[in-house]
Amino acid sequence: MARVIAYSDALGEATVQAMERDPSVFVMGVGVDDPGGIFGSTRAPYLRFGDARVFDTPISEPSITGMAIGAAASGMRPLMVHARNDFLLLVLDQLANHAAKWSYMAGGRLKTPIVVRAIIGRGWGQAAQHSQSLQAVVAHFPGLQVIMPSTPYDAKGMLLSALSGDWPVVCIEHRWSYGITGEVPEGYYTVPIGEARVARPGRDVTIVAISQMVNEAMKAATVLAAQGVEAEVIDLRSIRPWDVEGVCASVRRTGRLVIADTGWTTFGVSAEISARVSETLFRELKAPVKRVGLPAVPTPCAPVLERAYYPGADDVVRAALATMETGDAAVASDSDAAARLHKPFHGPF
Amino acid sequence: MTNQHDALLDLYRQMVLIRRFEEAAAKAYSQGKIGGFLHLYIGQEASAVGALSTLTRDDYVVGTYRDHGLALARGMSARSCMAEIYGKVTGCSQGLGGSMHFFDAERRMMGGYGIVGGHVPLAAGCAFAAKYRGSGEVALCFLGEGAVSIGDFHEAMSLAALWKLPLVTIVENNEYSMGTPLSRTMSVADSSTKALAYNMARDRFEAKDVLVVRERIGAAVERARRESLPTLIEVQTYRYRGHSMSDPGKYRTADEVEARKKDDCIANAERSLRALGAGDDVFARVDQEIEAAVDDAVRFADESAEPGEELIEAYTYA
Repeated sequence: MARVIAYSDALGEATVQAMERDPSVFVMGVGVDDPGGIFGSTRAPYLRFGDARVFDTPISEPSITGMAIGAAASGMRPLMVHARNDFLLLVLDQLANHAAKWSYMAGGRLKTPIVVRAIIGRGWGQAAQHSQSLQAVVAHFPGLQVIMPSTPYDAKGMLLSALSGDWPVVCIEHRWSYGITGEVPEGYYTVPIGEARVARPGRDVTIVAISQMVNEAMKAATVLAAQGVEAEVIDLRSIRPWDVEGVCASVRRTGRLVIADTGWTTFGVSAEISARVSETLFRELKAPVKRVGLPAVPTPCAPVLERAYYPGADDVVRAALATMETGDAAVASDSDAAARLHKPFHGPF
Repeated sequence: MTNQHDALLDLYRQMVLIRRFEEAAAKAYSQGKIGGFLHLYIGQEASAVGALSTLTRDDYVVGTYRDHGLALARGMSARSCMAEIYGKVTGCSQGLGGSMHFFDAERRMMGGYGIVGGHVPLAAGCAFAAKYRGSGEVALCFLGEGAVSIGDFHEAMSLAALWKLPLVTIVENNEYSMGTPLSRTMSVADSSTKALAYNMARDRFEAKDVLVVRERIGAAVERARRESLPTLIEVQTYRYRGHSMSDPGKYRTADEVEARKKDDCIANAERSLRALGAGDDVFARVDQEIEAAVDDAVRFADESAEPGEELIEAYTYA
C-alpha cells in the first residue's frame, strides 16, 4: 500500500522536491520559518534549506508580492505564502496589473512564474476578515491561474506543476485541508493544472465541488446513494483554467448539475460554471443548475451563526435532490447533522 | 578629440535621438497614426541618458509609462519602439504593449508600467534576484515624484533597505504629477528625504548636465554593485510637453515653460562639447544622422504590418 501522509506534509514535500530540482525556487512569507510553519507546510523546506531559501518577510504583502514578480521576471521561481487569502486583496494590484499582464504586454518575451499560496480560514472566531474564499476574485483575471487542491495527492502534484510552469499561479488552500491524509507517492510527479478529477462516479447528478466542499460532496453522495441517487462527484481542482470539457462530459451523462463552492455564489465561481454549462448544454439539462455556496453576507463570528452561514453536506444533498425533483426536507435539513459533519475547530492560527 | 569629448558626444547623440524620436511620435499622433497614450519625455532626456550610461548590459531597468527615453537610452532600436507605438507587429512587443509598456528582455529593459508606483516593488524584485544569485547586477528604477505618495513606493524602499538590495531608485521630479504641482502632493519639497526613514543613502541634483547625472547616478550604481546597498535619488527635471498628448498644460504658464527651456540639457551638452572643441560640422553630422534614423523609424512603422488577430490569445493560456 502506498504511503499515507497529511495534506500539509504533501505541500512541504512538493516544495522540497521543487527546490532540490531547481535552485531558482525559494520560499518567502510572513512566518514561513516559524516552527508552526504555515500549518506545518513550510517546516520541511525550512529544515532542509534554512533561511537562505526559506525566509520570513515583513508585513508588507504588496511589495513582497511585487518583489516576487520582479524576481520571477528576472529568472527566479518564488513561492510566497499569505497566511490568509484575505490579504490577497492587498496584493491584487501586483497580481492583476503586473503578474497577470507582464508576459502579455511584453509580447510573450518575459515570464513571471510566481506561485502564491493563500489560505482560507474557517472556524470559531475567524470572523469576516480572516475567513474569505476569494478564488473568484483572482480567477477573474486572464493571465493568472488558480488552483484549489482538496487531497494530499493533488496538493503535492499541483504545487509541483505550478512550480515548474510558465504562469503565475495562486494556490488557495482551505485550512481544514491540512490534516487530511491520503496516499501520496514519495517521488516527484505533477498533476496538470486545468483537469478536474472524478472523485466518485455516478449516473444521476453531477456535483462539481471545490476544495473543502469536495469532502462535503462526498458525504452528500453517500447520503444520496442511500436514497437511490447516484451522484458523480467532480473535484474541480483547478479554478482557472477550469475543466469545461470534463464537467460538460459528466453533465451530458447525468443531465443534472450541482456546484458546491467554498465562496460566495453571487458573482462566484459557481456562477461561471453554471453559465458555461448552461450555454453549452442547455437542451441536455433535465433540471435547473443548483448552487451551494456562501450567502451574500460577510462571515459572522459567533459559532451558532457560523454554523448557519457555512453550507455543508446537507445543503449539497438538498440541492441534488432538488435537481431530481424529489427534494425532501426531512432528509436534507438536519442542521445538527450538518454540525456533526463539520470538523471541530483546533485553536487559532 | 579627447575621450571626454567622445563620451559626451555619445550622450548628446542619445539625447538628440530621444527628442527627435518623440517629436516625430507627437507628429504621428496628431496625424492620427498613433492612438491612446503618448507621454513625452522631452526636456528630461539627460536623466535617462546619464543614468543608463552607468549600467552594464546585464543590469535591470524598470520604468514608468513615460518610457520612450529609457528604451532608446537602453539601446532599443528606434524602429521597434516607433512600430510599437504605432501598434504594429514589428514593435518591441508586437503591438501588445504600446507606448506605455516597452520591453526588451535581452537588454533587460523590464518594462514601462502604467500603475503609478506599482512597479517599484518589481524593480526591487529584479535587484533581489541579482542578489540571491550573487550575479552582481544592479536594478535601476525610475518613477515620477507623484508616485512617492503611494504605498508601494514606501514598502519597496523599506524592503530594499532592510534586505540591502542593489537597487537605485530615481525619482524624476518634473514638478507636476499630471497637472498637480508638487506642493499639493507632498509635505516636503525634497522626495529624497524619504530615504532617511529607511536608513538609506540618498542624493538630489538637477538634471541639466548629463555628465553630472552620469557621475552622481554612477556613484549610486557603484554602491549597489560593490556594497549591495540601495540609494534613493531625486533628479530635478522638467518636461516641456504636457503629461500626455491630451494635456494642454494649462496648470502652468507659457512663460514658465519658456524660462525652463533656456536651461535645456541638450543645449547645455552642446555648449560643453563646443568648449571641448566640437565645431558646427560635428553637430550637423549628428543632426543628419539622427534625422535619418528617425525618418527610417517612422517609415518602418508606417510600412510595417498590423498584428494578426491570432496574436490576441497567443501569449496567454487557454
